[in-house]
Amino acid sequence: MVGVTDFPFLSILTLFPLVGAAVVAFIPKTRAQLAKTIALGWSLAVLALSVVMWIVFEAGGDRFQFRESYQWIPTWDARFTFAADGIALVMLLLIAILVPAVILASWNDVDETQRSVPTYFALLLALECTMIGVFAAADVFLFYVFFEVMLVPMYFIIGSYGGARRQYAAVKFFLYSLVGGLFMLAAVIGLWVVGGHTFDWQKLSDVSAAFDTNTARWLFLGFFIAFAVKAPFFPFHTWLPDAGVAAPAPAAALLVGVLDKVGTFGILRYCLPLFPEASRWFAPAALILGVIGIIYAALLAVGQNDLKRLVSYTSIAHFGFIGIGIFAFTTQAGTGSVLYMVNHGLATGLLFLVVGMFVARRGSALVSDFGGAGKLVPVLAGVLFFAGLASLALPGTAPFVSEFLVLIGTFTVHKVYAVIATVGIILAAAYVLWMFQRTTQGTLNPALTEVPAMHKDISLREKIVVAPLVLLLLILGFYPKPVTDVINPAVEATMQDVGTTDPAPTAVANGKVAP
Amino acid sequence: MGDLKLPEINYGALSPMLILFGAACLGVLLEAVLPRGRRHGVQLTLALASLVAALAAVILTRNTRVVTIGGAVAIDGPTVFLWGSILLLGVVSMLLIGERAVEAGGAFVSQAAITVGSDKDLKQAGGQPGATEVYPLTIFSIGGMLLFVAANDLLTMFVALEVLSLPLYLLCALARRRRLLSQEAALKYFLLGSYASAFFLFGVALIYGFAGAVDLASIHAAVADPQRNEVLLFGGLALVAIGLLFKGAAAPFHVWTPDVYQGAPTPITALMAACTKVAAFGALLRILYVAFDGVRWDFQPVLGVIAILTMLIGAVLAVTQTDMKRLLAYSSIANAGYLLVGVLALNKEGLSSTMFYLVAYGFSVLAAFGIVSLVRDAEGEATHLSRWAGLGRKSPLYAGVFSFIMLAFAGIPLTSGFTSKFAVFGAAIDGGQTWLVIVGVITSMVLAFPYLRVIVMMWLSEPGESTPTVSIPGFLTSAALVIGVIVTLALGVIPAPLLDLTNDAAQFVR
Repeated sequence: MVGVTDFPFLSILTLFPLVGAAVVAFIPKTRAQLAKTIALGWSLAVLALSVVMWIVFEAGGDRFQFRESYQWIPTWDARFTFAADGIALVMLLLIAILVPAVILASWNDVDETQRSVPTYFALLLALECTMIGVFAAADVFLFYVFFEVMLVPMYFIIGSYGGARRQYAAVKFFLYSLVGGLFMLAAVIGLWVVGGHTFDWQKLSDVSAAFDTNTARWLFLGFFIAFAVKAPFFPFHTWLPDAGVAAPAPAAALLVGVLDKVGTFGILRYCLPLFPEASRWFAPAALILGVIGIIYAALLAVGQNDLKRLVSYTSIAHFGFIGIGIFAFTTQAGTGSVLYMVNHGLATGLLFLVVGMFVARRGSALVSDFGGAGKLVPVLAGVLFFAGLASLALPGTAPFVSEFLVLIGTFTVHKVYAVIATVGIILAAAYVLWMFQRTTQGTLNPALTEVPAMHKDISLREKIVVAPLVLLLLILGFYPKPVTDVINPAVEATMQDVGTTDPAPTAVANGKVAP
Repeated sequence: MGDLKLPEINYGALSPMLILFGAACLGVLLEAVLPRGRRHGVQLTLALASLVAALAAVILTRNTRVVTIGGAVAIDGPTVFLWGSILLLGVVSMLLIGERAVEAGGAFVSQAAITVGSDKDLKQAGGQPGATEVYPLTIFSIGGMLLFVAANDLLTMFVALEVLSLPLYLLCALARRRRLLSQEAALKYFLLGSYASAFFLFGVALIYGFAGAVDLASIHAAVADPQRNEVLLFGGLALVAIGLLFKGAAAPFHVWTPDVYQGAPTPITALMAACTKVAAFGALLRILYVAFDGVRWDFQPVLGVIAILTMLIGAVLAVTQTDMKRLLAYSSIANAGYLLVGVLALNKEGLSSTMFYLVAYGFSVLAAFGIVSLVRDAEGEATHLSRWAGLGRKSPLYAGVFSFIMLAFAGIPLTSGFTSKFAVFGAAIDGGQTWLVIVGVITSMVLAFPYLRVIVMMWLSEPGESTPTVSIPGFLTSAALVIGVIVTLALGVIPAPLLDLTNDAAQFVR
């Protein structure tokens, strides 16, 4: 067993897609088909490796497994340290599942006459490398490097391969994230100075209790702003709808499915354990932002006429749930949040992919350009319906479990917030069902029949794209235990880092967390 | 009358400077005897060879720690490191200066003072081979820079300042295209530079009045135990600092920078942005750390305000620029601000991180100006930003290189721009200068916008009718670009060796 866990899983998992990106990038433009095939094969190999890791990972074992550490910059004690806890592991698996789906879904999305096809797929693989790195890093410096570099491939994906307002959206995306990132840079340097000139997560978390209260609060804020922009939480969210609309739909699925989770993951991994006192101090504000986000984004989603923008807003609402789950500081809510991160990645990822299939057929993302589409493409409409139901957290689909856990876990300590958040569920039903009704039900829009592509129902390729996601959403809806078993110990450890204990089942908590 | 005692001279330690000055004098001589057609090749070879030989001498004498020629020159860790940096950057600049494949006759004309628009002027701008005096002039200037960072007394420093500046004034006036701008740049640089030199000299006089000596060790002793009125000290320090901050392009002494950077021949702009910056900050470090560290609490807030002003002015005005060379000039001003943040840490880390920053920035900026010199149309270099639209489609390789350099300037990780900013900010927080770091981070956000706009221009805009082509660079420019890009990437990914080197070097002798 020792031999298996000593295998450098995480560094290989991180670097492997980068090698793939280099290989694909050097394929000439004229061999587009070859580039696509290699990219798909490469991402499937990554998936295989991460499945192996899933099997090797011991759910009841150490908090951090697969630990590797190599010297990098001794002057600053920055090292290539990789390690994964349960939270990181499930996110790595989510990435590994989504990327092949996204590659397959983008098969014909790039206009070969305008843009280079191999470059697009190389960028996707490069993005996968940085996404894996950001979740696998156990060194604050290394984390920051991946966090920032992640912007570059996404920037070019949106900017070069996106829709009408792609330049504006790409720059907005980049600048928002960079501004957040620079706040974090200041905090990272500050953390390095107060933490005794080291970047090692473990060492920093060991000395975190000794940080000066005020300093820790400022440092928390630096990290939190970066993560809140990334997630995005209200009021830092305005870049996401623009980016979501402008990005190619499959890339948008990655954007909201994985990239944004970096924000919530960062809060769990860095804000809470490294600045426990500050986390408790800021928790009320974070909870309020979360609740506002749930209601506000849901209301905006109801009013959208653009499918991609609508899905982006639903995503912001869901991040509100994840946020309150994290800052409720109960194991139940925390586990719910992490599970939500996975399920949201699957559900919203699926929704974006299916919306992308509709948009690719119609050539427009406007709800008003559809109408009765279910008569033309019944199966595809069915998948859209399922994705919508999953994303509104219908019982039987995976998001229900996580949303329920978040609400219960929050209710035990913060009744008011939990009750208000519940309104978000009703609004979710409204925006999903209304969107579904306006696009696929009712009388057939005559303009729709004139579009030849709208007469083609879901193709085999598209079935292969959606099938695994649909299956996973169903399985995890009925039997989430394999995932919760992995998440739970990591969440419990995080809650211990914060210094909170779960309220006794019968006790009435007054909304304050224990000191 | 006592015996006249000659000061002891350690020729070995001084050999890098001696090689350069010797080669420069030889270059002037060759100018007189060689036939016109052969000068370019010979002069370029001589210039490059002397730089490489000087570099070899620096490496051979790297462990020398000595104060020599009667205390006029201090060879210590920072001197050796900065010498190495200036010479390396000088070699790359020389590659850009020597390029003749891009433009007929090279980037320089032979006579600076001909009336613009006259027949003679049009003739020399139209493809007459350029002056080969540029090579000895550049070598003189680089030799002056070496002396500048090693000068252990203020008078030597003043002489070095003039030796490095005078050739630069002339070089600025030799641009082949846009002659009028070039002449204006030279005159402006000369006039303002002379004022700065005068300030510096006046400051030296005041400090002499205070300390009774001009060597840094005596000043240090006088500062620690003041015997005379401190007004002389602070007045003198302020005036000397003005002279140095002028050369380093810090606000509010920066106004020459955009005009001169724009008007000067691009290879000379690159030389100024890379090497002169190293020299100016090297001298500033020595003066502040060696002579005046006793009054650090007095000058720290003042220089802190200057650093903030420099970062803000550089960043905010960079946003509004529409000319590539002016944009890079304002970016260079902002970078002077970040360098000041490192200087003001006033600890060992501050010294080492500032030296790291100088090297990292120098190579990136050389590569940036190298690309600028290649993007051209019939009129010469096409520096207006709008002309760069769609360059990524026409010449993906060069647009890619330039994007990479822009990302480095914006401080994206895995580039030297990130590691160097990280180093100076870390040193500054360690030195208790958190306020400077906060302003530094905020201005970095502002500064990211113009860099990003350039990338957007090149990649995301459609190429227009007026998008210029990129000239195929000759071997020299290609080599300069390759070196610049590799160093930018290497210092971003594996900064440890250079960081260790700067750490080991960060010890002044007094």
